[in-house]
Order: sequence, then structure tokens, then C-alpha cells
Amino acid sequence: MNLREKLAAGRFVITCEVGPPKGVDVTEMKRSAERVRGKVDAVNVTDQQSSVMRLGSLAGCCLLNQWGMEPVFQITCRDRNRIALQSDLLSAYALGIENVLCLTGDYVTLGDHPQAKPVFDLDSVSLIETARELENGHDLAGKELNGAPRFFVGACVSPEADFIEPQIMKMEKKVEAGAQFFQTQAIYDARKFADFMSMVRHLKVPVLAGIVVLRSAAMGRYMNEKAAGIRVPENLIDEMDKASDKAAKGVEIAVRTITGVKGLCQGVHIIAIGQEKRTSDIIDAAGL
Amino acid sequence: MKAITKQKGLAEIERLLEKESSVFLVGCGTCATMCHTGGKDEVLEMARRLVDLGKTITGSVVIPTVCDAQDREAVSENVKAIDEADCILVMACAYGVQTLALYTDKPVYPALDTLFMGQEMSPGVFSEVCVQCGECVLGWTGGICPITACPKGLLNGPCGGAKNGKCEVSSARDCAWEVIYERLSQQGKLDNLRKRRSLRNFSASTQPGVYLLDGKDGDLK
Repeated sequence: MNLREKLAAGRFVITCEVGPPKGVDVTEMKRSAERVRGKVDAVNVTDQQSSVMRLGSLAGCCLLNQWGMEPVFQITCRDRNRIALQSDLLSAYALGIENVLCLTGDYVTLGDHPQAKPVFDLDSVSLIETARELENGHDLAGKELNGAPRFFVGACVSPEADFIEPQIMKMEKKVEAGAQFFQTQAIYDARKFADFMSMVRHLKVPVLAGIVVLRSAAMGRYMNEKAAGIRVPENLIDEMDKASDKAAKGVEIAVRTITGVKGLCQGVHIIAIGQEKRTSDIIDAAGL
Repeated sequence: MKAITKQKGLAEIERLLEKESSVFLVGCGTCATMCHTGGKDEVLEMARRLVDLGKTITGSVVIPTVCDAQDREAVSENVKAIDEADCILVMACAYGVQTLALYTDKPVYPALDTLFMGQEMSPGVFSEVCVQCGECVLGWTGGICPITACPKGLLNGPCGGAKNGKCEVSSARDCAWEVIYERLSQQGKLDNLRKRRSLRNFSASTQPGVYLLDGKDGDLK
């Protein structure tokens, strides 16, 4: 069963993510993927995360397919206009990639090529709409396609955003545009996540809670100060501070969060960038 | 709405004028004066700097608005000093530079970089107000332009990059969509944000912009 089928069957799913290399040596990316083989249902491949130029997510997904793992193609509106986005969506399907996560993308000045031209021809909502239009057998110009793709279209939402109402309105628009599953920004507070889930229950769409594994108290403080839509509660930062084995504590907190949200949502999306061994430990410890 | 400009660095101006030994200076009495980039004081200061670089200044004028036909008169009134100069250095927006170039055969050089169309929100603080997208959305955004004020020009609400109400691009800038949300909330018009906005039509602002009142501009695009 693939990700779509598992969610349709009501299975609690686990996804994680890998970042392609800056360069063409994919050894480390393969090692990261191997650590979660058989433990996760699908692996997201980031699209030049934080606007840092690297090997593409489409190529990364194609490699995962070759390695026998199910990819989720993250695609952002930052670098491509509607012609290139549609083309890459068609290319993905032709290469056997069905899961696509449609994102707006970080602004270019956040990355390592700040002088590049930002594109943002489409946004996350219209990109979702675009993927679904292609499935209907025609492109955005209304031209007929010679063979239509079929996608499982995902989107993102931030349950801990400053203002939750505009987030939910946008989530509603994403569902209306055709989003079939959501992966959330990191959450740490299961009770607040329960409130969020009750606000979006009417959308009847699978939600995978984002779990970002803490490495240190400093990481928690840093995210609270800088990372959009992430709030690490002070008691967790304290716990990390006092722990002698930070790695084990980070895993323990992640397991606790997963246990807290398991009955509320349809899966988890675990992000432990560069520390995929922990992803595997978390999955074992959470009994997933 | 004014053309907001900033002066190029002296090193760049020196490179531009590398092969020219005598210069006539033109300032602008409107936008560049407001921006303190090409008013009377700045023209005099530029003249001093160019003399320091070994250039001869044959004359200068601050034209009330460089971007219109006043240039013709200004050029004829200063014909002698302009004739004596190898070139004209224009301390006005790019529109002014191009307009002046219509009225003289001398090479014209820009002393300023034109940043955007905007206004002075408080003394010395300039803000862009319109990117001239050709499809005004202000009617449903509470009078706040997301195409201009959101760096990504998003139409369907905030991107998720805002932190404490500030944009991911600069912590000095409010998230345009949070401001729009608050405004529409006050006006009881949040339904405006529930409507899904489809694709933007970038051909409405294709460069170079052309518009004919008789509607035949389509032929020129």
C-alpha cells in the first residue's frame, strides 16, 4: 500500500524528510534514507530548503524511488513560474512520483543566493489547484494533455502560527483547491494541538503532526526566537537544559509528543535533520 | 506618489564618467529633492566632489520636474554650458534621465538609482506603495496592497513565515497579511479572505508597459 492507500485505510502513517546534498555526492542522503527504511511510510525530499541551492527535490525523489522507498516531492513556488511548475509536476509523475507537497517557499534573501530573482508566480493554494487541474487532463492554459497524471496532493499548515484564524482560512482554501493531506509545522504542545485539530475537523482531511526533534535547550530557544510558527514550551527547554544525555531527552520528548497526539491526527511527520538514527529510535520507542 | 531614489556611490559615478572630463549637472526639484538625492544642495555637493576628482563643471541647473517637457526649456536656457560639457550627469530618477535624453544629443549619465514608487511615511523613511501590477486588488484587501507589501506578492493569505507579526524577510517589516487580516476584521469583512484567489495575470503588467486610451494597446504588447 502506498501513502494514499494507507491513509484511506485509516492507518496511522509516519513520514520523515531528507535533504539532498549541495553537490552530486548522494552517499550521505542514501545513508540517511537507509536508517529509516522499513520504518516510515514515505520520505519527503526538501526543495532547496531555506532557499539554499542544492540538488533538486525531483532528482532526490527519483533516487528514493530507485532505492525502493516512497518519496514525497516537495515543490515550492520560489524558483519556478507556472510553466516550469507544471512541467516539473508532469515530470514527477512520469518518473513514478505521485506524492507532492505544495509549498509557497522561503523568500530568496533567506538563503545563499540572496541576489537571485524571486519568482512566486503561483502560491501554495494555486499550486495545489494546478496539480489537480493537470489531473483533469489539461494545463492552466486549458490545453489538453497527452496523458494525465494522478497525484496525492499535500500541503502545509502552522498550528502554532501567531494568528491562527488566517492559517485556518488558508487551510480551508487549500482543501477547497484540492489538498488531500497536510503535514504541519513543528508542534510541541499536544493540548494546543488538540484545540487546533478541533478547529479543522470539519475539513475531513488527514493531518500529519510535525515533530521536530530537539537537540538542545539552545535549539529550543533559537526556534522560539527565530523560527516562524514554532513554539517550544519553557518546561521542555528546562528539561533539555537539565538532561545529561540531550540526544536521549530529545527522543523522549518526541515520543511523548507523539503519544499525546496519536489519537488526534492521522500520522506524524518526523524531522530530525542529519540525525535519522533518532527518527528510527523515536519510531521504535513510540511503538509505531 | 514619488520616485524614490538613492545616490550611486562616488566610485561608481567616477567609473561612469571615466572618459569624460567636463560635466553639466542636472538636479530635480520634485522627487529627488524630497529624497535628498538631487535637490539644490546635493547638486552643489556633487559639483564639489567631481571637482575633487579632477572634472570641470561647466554649469548646473535644478529643473522643477525633470520628467516632463520642462527639460526642453532648461536645455535651451543652458545651451552654452551644456555645449561646453562632454556629458550631463542627471541627479533625478531614471524617468528624468530618459526624458532629458530626448532633448539633448550629449551623453547622459544617471547619478541615482531609482528604487520604487513610494511615499515618505515619516522624515527619511520611504515606503513603496504600488508595484503597478495592472490588476488592482485593493478593493478586497482593506486598502492594503499585498502585491507590494508582501515580498512574495501572495494573494491567498500569509505564507507561514511571519514571526511575532513580522515578515520573514525583515523583522522591521509587519507581515502584510496580518495587517490586512486585522483591518478586514475591524471592518467585518473577513469573508473577503475566505474567497480563493486564483492565478495572477502577469501579462497585465508586461514590460515594457504600453497603454493607449483607445484600447488598441493590445497590438503593441
